[in-house]
Amino acid sequence: MEHRHAKVVVIGAGPAGLAAAARAGEHGCSVLVIDDNPDSGGQIWRGDHGLRARTWRARCAAAGVAFVHETAVIGESAPGTLVAGRPRGPMRVRFERLVLATGARELFLPFPGWTLPGVFGAGGLQALVKSGFDVRGMVIPVVGSGPLLPVIAAYLRGRGARVPIVAEQASAASMRGLATGLLGAPAKLIQAIRLRAALWRTPYRTGYWPVQATGEDRVREVKVSNGQRTLTIACDALACGFGLVPNIHVASTLGCHITEGRVDVSDLMRTSREGVFAAGEALGVGGVECALVEGEIAGLAAAGAEDEAADLRGRRARARAFAGALSDAFRLREELRRVVDDATVVCRCEDVRWGRVRARSCWRDAKLQTRCGMGPCQGRVCGPAMAFLRGWRVGDSRPPVYPAGAKDLAVALGSAGASAAPDERGLRERTNMEPER
Amino acid sequence: MSESTADAVIIGAGIVGAACALVLSSHGVRCAVIDAGIVGGGATSAGMGHVCVIDDSEPQFALSSLSVGLWRELRDRLPRGAEFDGCGTLWIAANAAELDAAGRKAERLAARGIRAELLDGASLAQAEPRLRPGLAGGLLMPDDSVVYAPVAARWMLDQAEAAGSRVRLGGSVVSIGPSRVGLENGESISAPWIISATGVWAPQLTPGLPVRPRKGHLAISDRYPGLCRRQLVELAYITHAHGHSDESVSFNLQPRPTGQLLIGSSRQYAGHDPAVEPRVLALVLARAIDFVPALAGVHITRAWTGFRAATPDSLPIIGPHPAQPRLLLATGHEGLGLTNSLGTARLVASHMGLEPAPIDPTPFLASRFRSAIHG
Ligand SMILES: Cc1cc2nc3c(=O)[nH]c(=O)nc-3n(C[C@H](O)[C@H](O)[C@H](O)COP(=O)(O)OP(=O)(O)OC[C@H]3O[C@@H](n4cnc5c(N)ncnc54)[C@H](O)[C@@H]3O)c2cc1C
Ligand SMILES: Cc1cc2nc3c(=O)[nH]c(=O)nc-3n(C[C@H](O)[C@H](O)[C@H](O)COP(=O)(O)OP(=O)(O)OC[C@H]3O[C@@H](n4cnc5c(N)ncnc54)[C@H](O)[C@@H]3O)c2cc1C
Repeated sequence: MEHRHAKVVVIGAGPAGLAAAARAGEHGCSVLVIDDNPDSGGQIWRGDHGLRARTWRARCAAAGVAFVHETAVIGESAPGTLVAGRPRGPMRVRFERLVLATGARELFLPFPGWTLPGVFGAGGLQALVKSGFDVRGMVIPVVGSGPLLPVIAAYLRGRGARVPIVAEQASAASMRGLATGLLGAPAKLIQAIRLRAALWRTPYRTGYWPVQATGEDRVREVKVSNGQRTLTIACDALACGFGLVPNIHVASTLGCHITEGRVDVSDLMRTSREGVFAAGEALGVGGVECALVEGEIAGLAAAGAEDEAADLRGRRARARAFAGALSDAFRLREELRRVVDDATVVCRCEDVRWGRVRARSCWRDAKLQTRCGMGPCQGRVCGPAMAFLRGWRVGDSRPPVYPAGAKDLAVALGSAGASAAPDERGLRERTNMEPER
Repeated sequence: MSESTADAVIIGAGIVGAACALVLSSHGVRCAVIDAGIVGGGATSAGMGHVCVIDDSEPQFALSSLSVGLWRELRDRLPRGAEFDGCGTLWIAANAAELDAAGRKAERLAARGIRAELLDGASLAQAEPRLRPGLAGGLLMPDDSVVYAPVAARWMLDQAEAAGSRVRLGGSVVSIGPSRVGLENGESISAPWIISATGVWAPQLTPGLPVRPRKGHLAISDRYPGLCRRQLVELAYITHAHGHSDESVSFNLQPRPTGQLLIGSSRQYAGHDPAVEPRVLALVLARAIDFVPALAGVHITRAWTGFRAATPDSLPIIGPHPAQPRLLLATGHEGLGLTNSLGTARLVASHMGLEPAPIDPTPFLASRFRSAIHG
């Protein structure tokens, strides 16, 4: 098993993680970044060679930051020693300071038909296209909520798809409130204007939300409604996204305090656990601007440069205020809780339908009685959806953070020296175990 | 302050409380079942759900064989979600000494009318080809089974409710007086009989009861249908379960109807902290891989812990509280409470004079620990 060690270990190589790594490295710390993707950049800078992405990557390189990719942190074998899984087998990573920059994932809300083939998470579809999926000539409505919808619509159009509509569930009225917020954030404003230009032929409808997707073998049509009018739109695929959910599993497994689904931090990005910092979307959805400045603060504070870190607090406060205005503007509407019917699948892993879970008293009761959230994704998809639909408290804090091979876990979690490691018999057979779906 | 009445109050909606509600309500007793949390939210949701005959002592044999029979009688009534699976148990003998012990066990069981088939090494390998080669043999107990306890408990309570009982969740009982319990919100319920089926929490309501939490770690995998067919348990398990060492790990593998594999388990006296301990989880997994090498590559999706309610003599406590004859205790089931829940409920019914005792109730009486209980 491979062992690594660094003064500052960063989990996540998105903007927050890169900024933290660069800043800590520039202060002379040895820095190791762990990320489960093949490349750095996280959700937004994946395969992106724009100026800012290039700048932060270059700063990391100049500061001697080391990276391990395709590596997922699955737990901690002893305080200060992370266990990570990767295709070649497990590794252990010792840290003195740790920065959690684990980002966010898409929020999926169920509606009738959302599990049809051809219905994609908006961000997931963008990632697919970035890695080669061809959308030329396809008709792809973009529905849901949030500032990412027009970004993704523009991207899809740029790759040859036809986007007949961007349906934003938030009302025009709540979006207008945002205009004032935008003044405080020039970079965002410029981005928004650019997008408007790129989208001039695509109707951006506020106050419309998806109520049904239909099709025999795959999605052929989507209905969006504003409560009075329903529009039926023919399509070849459908991109939907309802915002983002902070990834807090690693933080909670490490025992960091979580409040309302977000990692708690001080103004210098310290979590409740000594020596562990957090930055970016894991603290609540905030966008790149926010992730970068929080990453910088966390990296500086982890390196002991607290005064320098403290100087950035004003910038962070402004970025967070803007993020707050955004999330108010895009607040999910009540009606989205009522689009599900009894036959709507809410847990894809275990094929559990709304009719069975709606009467349960809490998330745990739903798990125990219906298997909702008990499948391979461990409630990562349906958990936040149920939190929205039913107001349940959904959370978890146990290793493994991600499914991992039994032997890898036994070796990596076992105490060194003890005869925890099974003998070679196990090794020979480990290759041919593919789970059945 | 509101006050209500029932024929019996059952504290605890785990599998033991639920089984009591099922049996008592079938006698026309209107129960009020109270739980601080959700149905089956205690040990019942954490356990493996293996329903098995254990003969490490006479009383344990009597109670578990009674219970295994009662589960079989129930099997056709249980809902599909209770996932009753008559897969049987295959006890594994790692070496010649264990196989000898298995042989004696088989004879004892046969003498009492329990089916048990001794397998030599070759037949064991044939029965479960994924076991590591070179094991000495095994003992197949075809009448053992597996059941998914949280759904079984919910179903039992549904039956009880249909027969006139009530289930109240989300509020704890904070006091037990003669013929009366007090809830945390100030309400009280009076009933001539009170049954405490509070598992590992029993000493909080009835101080002095010698019940200690014995922690266990389990892990579950993604789906690998057909990897094994029976519940596989190493014979050394019995020694581990019966002994009281601070920590032991034995191999225990259960094929779930979903194709998942449930892997156990550890036994620790280690306080009340439910955190998964990486070191112990590693031992549990390593032990399992040692017996079934193919497990090395299976993906573990989740690990968790639970607390068994352990007593000094490894037998449950079933019967009247020494100081309050109409307060019946039903706790201390350690690692066999799912199995023994049905037999326990029959004993409880017999203490209430509803039916004759199905087995000798004496070994389970709390009075055996009298010195420890100040009632
Ligand atoms: C036969 C059997 C089969 C099983 N099969 C599966 C399976 O296929 N898949 C599976 O996933 N499980 C499975 N389980 C496991 C099972 O349902 C639970 O994991 C089990 O109940 C153990 O409970 P737990 O302690 O893990 O609690 P959980 O059921 O995980 O509940 C813990 C609760 O605590 C809350 N919580 C914990 N930590 C935090 C925190 N830091 N912040 C906020 N909230 C927190 C969570 O919100 C959650 O509601 C199975 C169990 C059995 C008995
Ligand atoms: C790892 C592990 C593996 C196991 N494997 C098996 C197995 O394979 N086969 C088997 O037969 N058994 C097994 N067991 C044991 C079995 O799970 C338990 O013995 C059984 O579930 C006990 O049920 P119970 O109803 O007594 O307790 P619990 O399920 O713990 O229920 C007690 C209930 O009482 C409630 N309660 C407590 N105090 C109060 C109060 N003051 N007011 C209101 N409510 C209260 C709690 O909320 C809880 O719901 C295993 C246990 C563990 C931990």
